[in-house]
Amino acid sequence: MEPRLSRYIWTHTRKQQLWILLVVALSMIPYFLSFDLPKQIVNGPIQGQGFEGPGSTQPFLPISFSLPFFGEINLFSGFQLEREGMLLALSLVFLLLVIINGLFKFYINTYKGRLGERLLRRIRFELIDRVLRFPPGHFKRVKPAEIATMIKDEVEPMGGFTGDAFVQPALLGGQALTALIFILLQSFWLGIIAAVIVAVQAVIIPRMRRRLLVLGRERQLTARELSGRVSEIVDGIGTIRGHDTSNYERADIAARLGRIFKIRYDLYEWKFLVKFLNNFLAQVTPFLFYSIGGYFALQGRLDIGQLVAVIGAYKDLPGPLKELIDWDQARQDVQVKYAQVVEQFSVEPLIDAKVQEVSAAPAPPLAGPLAAVNLTVADDGGSKVVEHVSLQVHPGEAVAVTGGSGGGGEALAEAFGRLIWPTSGRILVGDVDVHDLPESITGRRISYASSEVYTFHGSLGDNLLYGLKHAPLTETVYEGDKAAHRRWELLEAKLAGNPSFDLNSDWIDYEAADATGPDDLFARIKAVLDAVLLTNDITALAVRSTINPVEHEAFAGEIVAMRSALRRRLEAEKLSDLVVFFEPGSYNVEATVGENLLFGTVTDTVRWEKALESHPFFKTVLKRAGLHETFYGMGLEIAENVVELFRDLPPDHPFFQQLTFMTAEDIPVYEALLQKVRGRPIEDVSEEDTIKIIRLCFGYIEPRHRFGLLTDDLMNKIVEARSEFSEGLPADLVGIIEHYQPNRYMASASIIDNVLFGRIGHKHTDGSERIRAIVRDLFESLGLYNKVLAFGLDFNVGAGGKRLTAGQRQKLNLARALIRVSDFYIFNQPLLALDQRTQDQITRNVFAFLREGERRPAIVWVLSNPALSELFDRVAHFENGRLVQEDALEERPKDSDYKELAS
Amino acid sequence: MLLKDEVEMLRRITLFSGLPPAKLKLLAFTSDRVMYSAGENLFSQGDIGDAAYVILSGKADVLVATPNGQLKVADVEQNSIVGEIAILCNTPRTATIRTTTPLEALRIRKDDFLKLLADFPEMAVEIMRVLADRLSQTTSELTEARSRAQRAEA
Repeated sequence: MEPRLSRYIWTHTRKQQLWILLVVALSMIPYFLSFDLPKQIVNGPIQGQGFEGPGSTQPFLPISFSLPFFGEINLFSGFQLEREGMLLALSLVFLLLVIINGLFKFYINTYKGRLGERLLRRIRFELIDRVLRFPPGHFKRVKPAEIATMIKDEVEPMGGFTGDAFVQPALLGGQALTALIFILLQSFWLGIIAAVIVAVQAVIIPRMRRRLLVLGRERQLTARELSGRVSEIVDGIGTIRGHDTSNYERADIAARLGRIFKIRYDLYEWKFLVKFLNNFLAQVTPFLFYSIGGYFALQGRLDIGQLVAVIGAYKDLPGPLKELIDWDQARQDVQVKYAQVVEQFSVEPLIDAKVQEVSAAPAPPLAGPLAAVNLTVADDGGSKVVEHVSLQVHPGEAVAVTGGSGGGGEALAEAFGRLIWPTSGRILVGDVDVHDLPESITGRRISYASSEVYTFHGSLGDNLLYGLKHAPLTETVYEGDKAAHRRWELLEAKLAGNPSFDLNSDWIDYEAADATGPDDLFARIKAVLDAVLLTNDITALAVRSTINPVEHEAFAGEIVAMRSALRRRLEAEKLSDLVVFFEPGSYNVEATVGENLLFGTVTDTVRWEKALESHPFFKTVLKRAGLHETFYGMGLEIAENVVELFRDLPPDHPFFQQLTFMTAEDIPVYEALLQKVRGRPIEDVSEEDTIKIIRLCFGYIEPRHRFGLLTDDLMNKIVEARSEFSEGLPADLVGIIEHYQPNRYMASASIIDNVLFGRIGHKHTDGSERIRAIVRDLFESLGLYNKVLAFGLDFNVGAGGKRLTAGQRQKLNLARALIRVSDFYIFNQPLLALDQRTQDQITRNVFAFLREGERRPAIVWVLSNPALSELFDRVAHFENGRLVQEDALEERPKDSDYKELAS
Repeated sequence: MLLKDEVEMLRRITLFSGLPPAKLKLLAFTSDRVMYSAGENLFSQGDIGDAAYVILSGKADVLVATPNGQLKVADVEQNSIVGEIAILCNTPRTATIRTTTPLEALRIRKDDFLKLLADFPEMAVEIMRVLADRLSQTTSELTEARSRAQRAEA
């Protein structure tokens, strides 16, 4: 990258800089005109110059100028106006000039702003582009947070500076020079004095600022390191807390902040010292004018008029000069920042831009073998992890790499996957070096998966298909406003030197997944997920998610229809007592009293709590149903029981997690409340206390709490009161409750709850597992399985895939490689997080999957379990970085084996 | 069956008989009521013990794996506790419990039980007393068996 910022700006914004300079020059005309105008207004119409006689007029807007040889040329003699008319006309001109000046300023500022933002966009893009092309070894030395800080924060001031980079010095320099020349014209010697002082300022101040620049660089570095450390603390919080090293971190951060403070304070001190000196020099000039100029005037060598004119002219010098010095400081400041950033991003050897060039055409299959030729790979410390290894993998061959960790097989696989670069020797595809081939071939025809997984933020499906997004394959057609927006996007991208790939285009290369389009891609996804045993995990994620029934009307309908199918199935298997279904006409003993009463769930807890306390509706309905007093009695009973059970326990006791009625803090409250109301009839108890007691009933489940409070009679009464709640609900409470309806999908409940439409009984210890198996089976038999799987693919995996387990992430990573049609698959112990049995199972599945049909891609698998090597054609055994044994396994009827596996 | 019935049931078990009723109630409240049909396993030999079971109704066999298949060594019924050793010390289950009739039990989770012991030392002392009783009984049985063996030798 260009090491000097000013040159970088000039290269990319030359034309615009010249244009803005021209505009600024033009804007000077109305600017200076508006200086002169107030004098004219005061002298003319207000003080009456030229309007001596009553009714006398003056010309307004005469256009005349004098040319040598031609004399006065009068183009337009102007309008003749009287005194008041003139006042109005000149004032209006003044207003007009104000508007014109304002518009010029507006235009110049927005133009400069746009220029700066464009350049900022260009710099940021260029930096990220370089990150994408860094050699792999470099990533071991840099902290991600520091790179992010550089791209995000450190280049930011450059955008602001761009607009002023050339305009400001031209403008201010011009102004200062004008003032200086004027002084020189008035008095040569005084002019020389002023010029000398200016020269002193121009020499000394930048010198003093050198230290400022050093400090500024230090400030930038320490701030960058701080952000690196902060991100380390966040990433390593588990380790920090686990080892009680938080105070060590505190000490480190405090020391860093102290250093940053010192640097910043030094910076302030110097800055204000320089400012002081600068101001002093500016003020010392008038002192010289007064003393020396005055002395000359007394001597009679200088006339007083000249002295006054010089002092007057000098007023205009320090302003622009100061701004010019400030500009220079800003320039040096951004230059230092820029140089710093550029230095960090000037990494050699950068991957050639051509290697990563976008290519929408399908990559041709690799014909030749993948080979390591006399390959040596060293780690960061220089010790060789692979030494002089030559290994050829022919198309269609399956090679097992054994030798365990430290053997060198892993490093070889990484070299094949281009994750590390050879120290010496080469990786060849056919007879071409793999690093000379464009990534549009190597990145598609060779697939690599290891146990180090990176999952991007987004849905599971996005992550699975990530390896297919090589190039924008379709031309998206935009209409109306969107088309205009797209044109704007293209133009701006071009002006800022960004590529114009359309993110909204379909990036998924279906052909590379052996599919023809979005429709049959799903079959491939399913096959791959089955192979890596991820399907069950995804289904489990899917059924626990909630969906919007309006968006997925058909599916919601089928789920509702499934309820009766589930019932029949449970009846057939004599498992009817596994689930207690919600029936409009009967009490569900496994659900809370509240759920039974409302026959629905509360969707807005906050509003519900408020309504329960203050809304008369509940009390009225309870009273009418004859439940008010019963519930009060029941609540008292619950309170007595709970207080008795939990009174002695400390508030942080884990038993409180099992208590659904109240929290630990509520126990003393209810204890006091019981003291107060015990033995008193309900009429004597205040409204507030009654509600406090009644609300306890809502969370009660008889089989779970077993206080023996629910009689058949009470259950009947509750069921009878249901209709009042569903039908009589006042308008201001609508939306708080979602009612259970046997033939409607509940938006607030998960898919599995919608299928069950009931509660799993407490009595069976393995009830939920059995139900899950039955439901999965039903999905499959009803043809809903794919749809459910699709919902699972929408699951958001969270930052870094943290919402998945490590095992799930590794399975996903393997699936991501498998779904791509490649000629070589490099698997570098991709499933370390799984138990051995599952690893074996998946390895066999993957073999079956890749050997299915016509395709016979080559497989290189670094095995953690050597017993699996029987699946392979050849075993390469590594020890201490050397290939010690290379055996072709004895001929055996492999093909039939694979067929067996595949079938 | 209600909480208070369960408390009654717990009281009849020697291990818990000396505990104050309030604590028994808390123990019952924090435990799960579970049901099994005939022929199901409460737990299997070799599993890690995570809970003890108080049988409220029904019967079950205690089975031990032998080279010749499973051997019934005892049966358990109402008012007995099974699996309590495994929640006091971390040993795998020493036997399989299989129901012979529909069975209802109170499942006392290990963590809850230990937490209760920690919170109420008097309960721990009571348990200790019961275990010491058992030990002394076992010891005296052992002594008797030995002396019988010595007599037989002589």
